[in-house]
Amino acid sequence: MPTYAALLYTADVDWSAPEHAETTEQYMEFGEAAAAVIRGGKALYPTSTATTVRVSGGKGGDVLTSDGPYAETKEALSGFYLFECADLDEAVRLAARLPAAWDGVVEIRPVIEF
Amino acid sequence: MEAGDAVARLVRDEGTRVLATLIRVTGDVGLAEDAVQDAVVRALETWPRDGVPDNPRGWLLVTAKRRAVDLFRREAARSGKEAAAMPFVEPEPADAVPDDLLRLVFTCCHPALSLEAQVALALRTLGGLSTAEVARALLVPEATMAKRLTRARQKITRARIPYRVPEAAELPDRLKGVAATVYLIFNEGYAAAAGADLVRAELVDEAIRLARLLAGLMPDEPTALGLLALLLLQNSRRAARVDADGVPVLLPDQDRSRWDVAAIKEGVSYLGRGLRRAAAPEEYLVQAAIAACHALAPTYAETNWDALISWYDVLLEVADSPVARLNRAAAVAERDGPAAGLSLVDAIPGLTRYPWWHATRAELLHRLGDTEAARAAYRRALALGMSAPLMAHLRLRLAELE
Repeated sequence: MPTYAALLYTADVDWSAPEHAETTEQYMEFGEAAAAVIRGGKALYPTSTATTVRVSGGKGGDVLTSDGPYAETKEALSGFYLFECADLDEAVRLAARLPAAWDGVVEIRPVIEF
Repeated sequence: MEAGDAVARLVRDEGTRVLATLIRVTGDVGLAEDAVQDAVVRALETWPRDGVPDNPRGWLLVTAKRRAVDLFRREAARSGKEAAAMPFVEPEPADAVPDDLLRLVFTCCHPALSLEAQVALALRTLGGLSTAEVARALLVPEATMAKRLTRARQKITRARIPYRVPEAAELPDRLKGVAATVYLIFNEGYAAAAGADLVRAELVDEAIRLARLLAGLMPDEPTALGLLALLLLQNSRRAARVDADGVPVLLPDQDRSRWDVAAIKEGVSYLGRGLRRAAAPEEYLVQAAIAACHALAPTYAETNWDALISWYDVLLEVADSPVARLNRAAAVAERDGPAAGLSLVDAIPGLTRYPWWHATRAELLHRLGDTEAARAAYRRALALGMSAPLMAHLRLRLAELE
């Protein structure tokens, strides 16, 4: 069975803040309902906590860190899941049940099995 | 020569069905295509010499499967993986094949693929066109098309786009994309029919074959019935659309004795079936009804303009577009006179870059006796450019007014 990463892009919010308790509750419900196919996943703190790292000049070069996410977009990466399911249609059905898909977008990518 | 063509046609038709089965078995569009291509080449080499086997599809399927196993083992050896993973199943009974084809239609037209990729894949795998032919049909450089096809095949394999007919609940949504793809394939061929380009006539035939397949497997879906009716009715005029010199002949001037009566009958019967099953107006059905109004009129002057205009009114309710409005205005001009038509044409916004808007205005201005304005409108239409034969037609009209 293939594994899919579902990348959740939503408004840049802090899921740990009390005002998002209701949405967090919806994710909990999803987590219970889809427990059989969820192989992993986490919510992320907002992009204000993000640090972007790159090594200048390739391996062994200077480590450059900068404040903020790699890409500044209206909708930010705010969490991810790993689903194991039969095919893309099933992954799409799961993604459609995520609150992120209702007011943001969910990108589904197949995971390479080495 | 004719016998050779018949063999080539048989190989091509059966090849598509075998491809559909092999994609189901291997789950890999690229691998299946290579294997079937190889089997088709062998058939074209041996059948004309040794005769067509009793079961051509079985012959192609067995040959293609052997080739697929070879290709798979080679690939597996290269990447150091076990070759045993190939999920081969025994050949299906013959009646499973139409479903394989339908699955292939829905796989090619999966909404996870871009519309461009859907059309390209459908032409390549269902239409049996080469990459170069697909590129030419869709007016894209061959290298671009090759990349687009490779990406689409990889996405099907890697993201596991399922090879199945969607469940009943998903069908209406999916069918919409499939119907749009088939219609695009048809238009690619039909719009170019003026050039009498063989490849494009093949596209028309392929689109009709696919539409038949859809209507046959979803006999109660108004969209499928409407699509087939529309394609049959439009295509019934094919022989009359171009004169002996290759110049396009517009609807009012077409020799109706050259229309395909059998296709009209069939189209009208699918239209009737679709209308009885449609709970609400459906775009293809409405367009087919409009085409039927023309197809059933004994002469252009005897067209039932009231019915035609009513169907256009319905069309504007379900799919309003400036071009539909323009066509409606042209019908109103026939019923109520050029002044009524012209005021409607002039009221349509957003068509100043559409040559047919200017050409329609030119014709109506001419009928109203305003030759000067008609000439100016023809020149504007010509300045915007269209296919060479249609330009020739407009130049002829302009010359008549000079």
